[in-house]
Formats: sequence, structure tokens, C-alpha cells
Amino acid sequence: MADHKGVLVCGEAIEGKLAGVTAEMLGGGRKLADKLDEGLSVVLLGSGVKGLAAEAIACGADKVYVVDDPLLKDYQTDAYVMAMVNAVNQVAPRVVLMGQTSMGRDLAPRLAFRLQTALSMDCTELDIDAQSKALIQTRPVYGGNARAVFTTESLPQMATVRAKAMSPLPRDDARKGEVTDITAGIDASKIRAKFVQKVKEEVTGVKLEEAPAVIAGGRGLGGPDGFKQLEGLARLLKGAVGATRPAIDNGWVPTSIQVGLTGKIVAPELYIAIALSGSSQHMAGCSGSKTIVAINKDPEANIFREARFGIVADWKQALPAFTQKVQELLKE
Amino acid sequence: MELIVCVKQVPDPEAPPASFKVDPATNKVVPPPGVPPVISTFDETAVEAALRLKDAKGGKITVVSLGNNLVRDVVKKPLAMGADQLILLEDPVYENGDSWSTAYALSMAIKKIGSFDIIFCGRQAADWDAGQVGLGIAELLGIPSITLAKKVESVDGKVKVERIVPDGFEIIESPTPCLITVTNELGEPRYAPLKGIMRAAKIQPTIWKPQDIGVDPAQIGASGRRTKLVKLFQPVKEGKCEIVEGENAADAAAKLALRLREAKVL
Ligand SMILES: Cc1cc2nc3c(=O)[nH]c(=O)nc-3n(C[C@H](O)[C@H](O)[C@H](O)COP(=O)(O)OP(=O)(O)OC[C@H]3O[C@@H](n4cnc5c(N)ncnc54)[C@H](O)[C@@H]3O)c2cc1C
Ligand SMILES: Cc1cc2nc3c(=O)[nH]c(=O)nc-3n(C[C@H](O)[C@H](O)[C@H](O)COP(=O)(O)OP(=O)(O)OC[C@H]3O[C@@H](n4cnc5c(N)ncnc54)[C@H](O)[C@@H]3O)c2cc1C
Repeated sequence: MADHKGVLVCGEAIEGKLAGVTAEMLGGGRKLADKLDEGLSVVLLGSGVKGLAAEAIACGADKVYVVDDPLLKDYQTDAYVMAMVNAVNQVAPRVVLMGQTSMGRDLAPRLAFRLQTALSMDCTELDIDAQSKALIQTRPVYGGNARAVFTTESLPQMATVRAKAMSPLPRDDARKGEVTDITAGIDASKIRAKFVQKVKEEVTGVKLEEAPAVIAGGRGLGGPDGFKQLEGLARLLKGAVGATRPAIDNGWVPTSIQVGLTGKIVAPELYIAIALSGSSQHMAGCSGSKTIVAINKDPEANIFREARFGIVADWKQALPAFTQKVQELLKE
Repeated sequence: MELIVCVKQVPDPEAPPASFKVDPATNKVVPPPGVPPVISTFDETAVEAALRLKDAKGGKITVVSLGNNLVRDVVKKPLAMGADQLILLEDPVYENGDSWSTAYALSMAIKKIGSFDIIFCGRQAADWDAGQVGLGIAELLGIPSITLAKKVESVDGKVKVERIVPDGFEIIESPTPCLITVTNELGEPRYAPLKGIMRAAKIQPTIWKPQDIGVDPAQIGASGRRTKLVKLFQPVKEGKCEIVEGENAADAAAKLALRLREAKVL
């Protein structure tokens, strides 16, 4: 096999645009590639994805590999693993990065085992060791209570990257890059688990991941009615409502608004945490918020170790007064 | 149906964050005193997924756990919930493995078990949060895999799975044998009834040593690692919370809003 060189990002598209985490990986990957003094490339897999090549170059890629195949229209593990094995063998990168997304979670481990190489999932920091050129992989473990730093010897070195952990570069449409088509090399008869259908959950209002303010509620809200009351505050702040896992497990709110290690990762300007204890697994999804504000009746709750401002109070009394005051202040 | 569930014993992930300690000298977690380990949360959900299929279609559930110093009352919980057999891969040489060496040893044990329809794993272990072992087992056994399942049914000899995605779910169909990783959206694992606990007490786990499953000693435990742990540390928290006080809850809440405005947060 040829010498392994450069950084290869596995790109993803969402509704015809480059996914946020892909742009972030191109920003982070650019730094790694520059440290290595090697190239940054991106592979775009899908059906009708070539149009995204220009955007990927503007976001920092030197080279774009396009793997366009109708069999890649919907994500299917076997098809994507075959296509990625093919791409990695052709490009022979030193480092492969994927997003910690529903695709990355499924694809990266299988690909790593097929390539007989090691992988670190859900990295929040990546660096290059100047001497050995090894990829230094930092990832939260123990639900966010600790960080582990790993290195690996086999090539390519693989990592998945947590959303919002890296910054995208400012888009530069003048940047030049090369676009190359590669064949997918998929044997359709080897696709075993098959995608049948997608069922979308209705979302109304502001998207959680993009909201400037998130009003999050926990088990202490006691039921769906508590969450209804958060919506008023969310509307005032043009924000969205989030939740901890117990609220989802109890069926008070839809799955799609869970924030945390196994839910959505958000980083709004303002995160108001109401009647939630601030478990490490929850904070893993919101600790990048600019300002965290806590309302909790227990002064010992861990959320007060995480928040910038807080009150020790029962939310039932505090929330109406808070919402009303916010409304007054915003009118001024 | 022949069902296999892989469960991992982990330090209780819901222990208060303040009790969490790392020993920097050994790069290891110091278990909080008095907090017993548990079955990793999602693995209990995986047991529940298997039990639901057994309820619907009948069959047998074999639970496999790899580790060292496995606490019997902890690893027997799936039996108390209704699983039929427990195989422990228990040996000091399994210590300090990683996702690779763990998946390899588990895949070798599953080969020894022989025929099966579905292997269930958790979406990720609650300690190292990797989410690799299940897919590694599937790859090493050469079988299809489906991740993040919230519903699993067996229809006409195939499995039909609802797989969680950020804006809803996908429906995936796979032939068997296959491997499925399970997420909490599947629903709460059932309680172990008293009868189940008594039944579990009578079942002796089967212990398989490395030589029983024919593993290559160079590929298990610390020697099978493909990742090198350079450092394990606790991130420092700089933030200090400013607690806004008031005459009562409503007053404090109003003052909080004022303070946020003053700090230009609102
Ligand atoms: C591997 C793993 C992954 C996980 N992933 C996630 C995840 O992605 N997201 C997530 O959220 N959790 C996750 N969890 C669960 C997590 O460990 C916690 O169990 C969960 O976050 C706790 O939710 P909570 O804060 O709402 O509930 P609790 O911890 O029960 O806290 C409730 C809080 O409400 C306060 N309260 C009660 N009544 C009132 C009142 N009237 N007024 C004011 N305050 C009140 C209490 O003082 C308490 O602090 C995960 C767990 C594991 C093991
Ligand atoms: C006794 C012991 C001590 C260890 N000490 C260290 C250490 O100090 N430092 C270090 O870096 N690593 C250590 N490890 C290894 C670390 O725990 C591995 O990463 C782990 O065993 C692989 O699982 P994961 O957390 O990556 O699991 P994931 O890939 O997140 O697990 C996914 C699923 O795979 C299944 N699964 C995973 N592990 C097991 C298992 N052991 N038995 C049955 N099913 C399983 C479960 O269904 C689980 O939900 C140790 C492991 C053991 C057994």
C-alpha cells in the first residue's frame, strides 16, 4: 500500500447542504493537515452530492473525492462500509475523521474493524505530535466526568468528532481545490441490512441545535405540563425547549429534544437549566453554552457547579416570576 | 429464537459527579467507596429487547459478560429479569483491554456458543462510552449490524428495527443472524420479580477461561490493545456560580432576570 499521507474527512450532507459537523471537521482538519504539512481532503458519499464539492473547498479542503452512486442514496451500513474501504484504499490517508452523528456512530467502528485499525469515538480535541506525527485523540469518558488522551499506531488513525467541538473556517469562495470522482465499488448483493423507510418526527418552532437560547427542563418538572410552561419562556427568548433523559424516558416530551451525551449537542448563548441536576451525561450536551443559568431547589445540586448564575428555588414559584420579568425587560 | 446479550459491569454512572476520582499515577478511575457497580445502562435495555422477543416468539437468552472481579449479584441481574443462561469470560488477563481486544474475545466466545439469531449489545458502555464493541463483534463474525434500535421485531424470519436518527427514526430490515445495538428509547427495562431473583440465585454461571474459547493470548486484554491511553484526567471547572438571593422564590427569580440583563446575557 502507498504511504499514508494527509487528512481525509468523511463528509455528510443534510438537506442538500454540507452538514455543520463536516464544516467543523474541515476547520479542525485543516489545522492538523497544516501541522503535518500534508493535504486535507474530503470524501462525499451519496447520490447527487457532487454539487457540494465547491462548498467543501470553500470550507478548507484541498481535494474532494466524490463517490456518487444510487446505492448510497440512503445510509446503509454495508454499502457505506464498502464505499469507504474503497475510498480509503485509494486515498491512503494518515488520518480519517468522521462526525459523531448517527452515520458516524454506525459506520466508523465497522470501517475501523474492517481496516484492522484503531478508532477513538466522540473526540473533542485532536492534535498532531510534531515528532512522531501521531494523532493525539482526546475524548470525554465516564459520561463526561473524565477526559482520556489516546494515540494509536496502526494506519489510518481514525477518530469521530463531536459536533461543535471544532470551529469551521470562514467560508472562502476564492479557495482553489481539485475534484476527483471515484467509483463506489459496491456489490449490491452484499447489502444485508436494508433501509426501508424514514419516519420524521414533527418539529415546530426553532431548531434546538441552532437556537440562540435553550430552556431545558428535567425530572423535577414532574410532567408534560411543566414543559408547557417552559415553552412560554422559550418563545420570549426566540429559543427552543430541551430536556434531560428522564423526561424522555417518562414520555413527557419527544425524543428529539434530549440534550446530552446520547442526545443533541447544543451551544447556545444562553442555557437555562430548570429542575435538572446537571449530571455529567447531560452537561456533555450543553457545556459549550456561553452562559448557563440554573433554577433548582437543591443548593447542593451539581448544576450549581456548572452554571454561571442561579437561584435556589422551587421552579413552580420561580418560573412565572422569571418569565414575567424577562418579558418586561425585553419590552424596554 | 436463540438470542445472545453482551453486558458489561461498570462503575455506577449515576453516582454523583462530585464523587468521581481519577488516580493520575495509574491513569485509572478510583471507584467511589460504597457505590456498587451496575450493569451498563444500555445493556440492561439490551436484555429488555431480548426478553420482548422471547415473550413474542419464545426461545432462549444467553448473556455473556467479560471482565475481572465480576460481582455475582450484579451480573446475575439479567437472569433475574428472565434470561436463561450466563457465561462469564472472567480472568485477570482481560484487564486493561480496549474495544478491539474486548470485541475479539466476545466474538470468540460467541463462536463457541454456536448458532444464534440475534446478538444484542448496548449502544455504548456507560464507562468508556465508546460504542465500538458491538459493531466490532459483528465485523469479526461477518454478520450484518443495526445500531441505535428503539424497537425490534421478528417478521417472517427477518428482523425489523426502528433505528433512532436525530429527526425521527428509520426502519431497517435485516436477515438473521445479525447484531443489534440498543438505545434507551426502547423503554424501561423490566424489574426483576422476586421469583426471578430466586431463580437466578440457583443458576450457576458458566465460566470460560481464555483457553476455553481458543483466543490468541496476544490479542486479549492489555496485550491486544490497539489504542494507547496516554493520560486520563478530570477537566478543571473554573466557573463559579453566582447565586442570586431574594425574599422568596418569586423575588429571587425576578432579581435573577435583572442580573442577567445587567450582565448583558438577556
Ligand atoms: C451512558 C449514559 C448516557 C446518558 N445520556 C444522557 C443524555 O444524553 N442526556 C441526559 O439528560 N441524561 C443522560 N443520562 C442520564 C443521566 O445520567 C441522568 O440520570 C439524567 O441527566 C438526570 O436527569 P435530571 O437532572 O432531569 O434528573 P435528576 O438527576 O433526578 O434531577 C432532578 C433535579 O430537579 C430538582 N428539582 C426537583 N423538584 C424541583 C422543584 N420543584 N423545583 C426546582 N428543582 C427541583 C432536584 O433538586 C434535582 O436536582 C445518561 C446516562 C448514562 C448512564
Ligand atoms: C477489568 C477491566 C479493566 C479495564 N481497565 C481499563 C483501563 O484502566 N483503561 C482503559 O483504557 N481501558 C480499560 N478497560 C477496557 C475498557 O473498559 C474497554 O474499552 C472496554 O472493555 C471495551 O468496551 P467499551 O467501553 O469500549 O465498550 P463499548 O464499545 O462502548 O460497548 C458497547 C457494548 O458492547 C458490549 N460490551 C462492551 N464491553 C463488554 C464486556 N466487557 N462484556 C460484555 N459486553 C461488553 C456491551 O453490550 C456494550 O453496551 C478495562 C476493561 C476491563 C474488562
